[in-house]
Amino acid sequence: MTRKVKSGILNGKSVTRFRELGLLVFLILLSAMVQLRNPKFLTLENINDMLTNTAILSILAVGMMMIIITRGIDLSIGASLALAGMISALAVSSNQNLSPLFAILLGTVVGLICGSINGLLISKGGVFPIITTLGMMNAYRGLTYIISGGKWVSAHQMPVSFKAIATGKILGINNLVFIAVIIYIIFFYFINYTRTGRKIYAVGSNPESAKVSGINNEKILFMVYTIMGALSGLAGVLWVSKFASAQGDTAAGYEMNVIAACVLGGVSIDGGSGKVSGVILGALLFGMLENALPLINISPFWQKAIQGLIILVAIIVNVLVKRSVDRKNLMGRKI
Amino acid sequence: MSRQVEDPRGLNIKKFFFQWEWMLVLIFILINIINSLISPYYLNISNLLSATMTFIDKAFIVLPMTFVIILGAIDISVGSTVALSAVIMAVLYNAGVPMPLAMVICLAVGTLCGFINGILIVRFKELSAMIVTLSTMIIYRGIAYIILEDQASGKFPAWYTFLGWGYIAGIPFSLIVFTLFAVVFGLVLHKTTFGRRAYAIGNNAVASRFSGIEVDKIKLIIFTLTGVMSAVAALFLTSRMGSVRPNVATGYEMEVIAAVVLGGVSSQGGKGRMVGAVLALFVIGFLRYGLGLINIASQVLLIIIGLLLVFAVLIPNVRSRFGLKVKR
Repeated sequence: MTRKVKSGILNGKSVTRFRELGLLVFLILLSAMVQLRNPKFLTLENINDMLTNTAILSILAVGMMMIIITRGIDLSIGASLALAGMISALAVSSNQNLSPLFAILLGTVVGLICGSINGLLISKGGVFPIITTLGMMNAYRGLTYIISGGKWVSAHQMPVSFKAIATGKILGINNLVFIAVIIYIIFFYFINYTRTGRKIYAVGSNPESAKVSGINNEKILFMVYTIMGALSGLAGVLWVSKFASAQGDTAAGYEMNVIAACVLGGVSIDGGSGKVSGVILGALLFGMLENALPLINISPFWQKAIQGLIILVAIIVNVLVKRSVDRKNLMGRKI
Repeated sequence: MSRQVEDPRGLNIKKFFFQWEWMLVLIFILINIINSLISPYYLNISNLLSATMTFIDKAFIVLPMTFVIILGAIDISVGSTVALSAVIMAVLYNAGVPMPLAMVICLAVGTLCGFINGILIVRFKELSAMIVTLSTMIIYRGIAYIILEDQASGKFPAWYTFLGWGYIAGIPFSLIVFTLFAVVFGLVLHKTTFGRRAYAIGNNAVASRFSGIEVDKIKLIIFTLTGVMSAVAALFLTSRMGSVRPNVATGYEMEVIAAVVLGGVSSQGGKGRMVGAVLALFVIGFLRYGLGLINIASQVLLIIIGLLLVFAVLIPNVRSRFGLKVKR
């Protein structure tokens, strides 16, 4: 099954390859430019900083990619991230001896529940993803405020062991980066080399024929939203540990950054296409923009506009390239 | 609602009363009864009219958003358009531009924002409206930040506050203007070929194009109109608030889309009515106002609105599923 999909249509493949190559070239050019302006950019320390800051975004992006491949969208991840982060922060602050591993598990389970509610509504209830997740975004966000009573859980209430999740190192690599790498390895395998992973693409590129060929669409949809929920729960714990504070408005609007990283990484919002390698590059580019602009003395107020412009240019260039490839293929066709 | 009477299949009373709009009316009445039971100060005409001022600025965007969603598209850049046009107006006014001219420029900025969205969506059909407006949402808000950084701008002339706070014969000025706009938008949607074409595009864009509808032109007009109405919302919002910051109207897009969808407009396009969207907006607005009166945290309201939104779509779905099973 995998083989068949891999040797798919030539034009689609060359476009993805071009897109990834383009992103890579852009990344290298950007870092070369920034490096010329500020030699501090490509130091080990800064690269480590950058990767640490991108870790959470990239963890979320891989989950979002699967959802977008099925033609869906999840706007509730910022809210479920906040809810999971808040619950685990409250747990560790009321019981200082709690193992950080338990906190991570707790957050992931909370996120998983949020995600499975979304998944249930979308797959069994037939409510459109954008509506479901818009509604549940409000619900989860409200729940976060209610559980916390509108208060913050701040750094001094958290045990050292909990804060160490984000600062500790495994094999000399920051924990966050380590977790992100593990997740990417798992999902790279899952999406590309397992039957269930390939079914995600099938459901996304043509739901009707997926159904006819015996795929349980509802099950796949439920699965991707649940995975997304679990990932955002995990990200919530990491977020709270990294910033050493859990607030009601944690990560408000962050879903847009995640979607943008996916789109930059070449995930088509119409479903059916997108690759793990692309998403890594998209998330890295997004993280790099955040890190590099302050280093070359660009006012932080310019950051948003530049980010937006780069996203727009990237998606437009992508369309133009695809058009020219399609035209060339059409011309070379033997009739 | 008279449309139902014109229906060639004849008036179906049962069908007529089982419409989503009646459900909204029922919810609306229920909310008002509950509100007046809990707070003795609630049921007071002038009070109720003034309550509309708290959400009427968003209402202006609900009107064109109904068109956008009927097209089967979406526009999430409206909040940023509000911010950008308001920021530019405030900065120009404080730089010495006379207020009426600044207001015209505000409208022009909104128009331009909407036009850019429309052009991008029409020229690059491969891109969904969601992605285009996601990137312009970031860009417009970004430009607002570039202009005003972390400052606030305001000190508008005294007469300008009339827009947001003024009354004519006891009725808020903003409500009167909104009613006029709502009637015009409703008539255009339901009584003109333009409106019928919007439905046709939402149902099947390809078939519409083959039957001679200028799909691109209509899309472009509707997205531009969304920009214009966002700027109108900006006028009323800044008048009410008295000052502008670049982060103004954050999250408006979600509230507006929620109202439209709660109003029974299908997010797949081609279905829904203006009355529903406006009713839903008033339901949310009064729910918020009433809960505020009795000091219920706005967080509870978030949950209620969120669940209402999901169940509004879920219940008819489940019912139709159940109905199908029975028929078999």
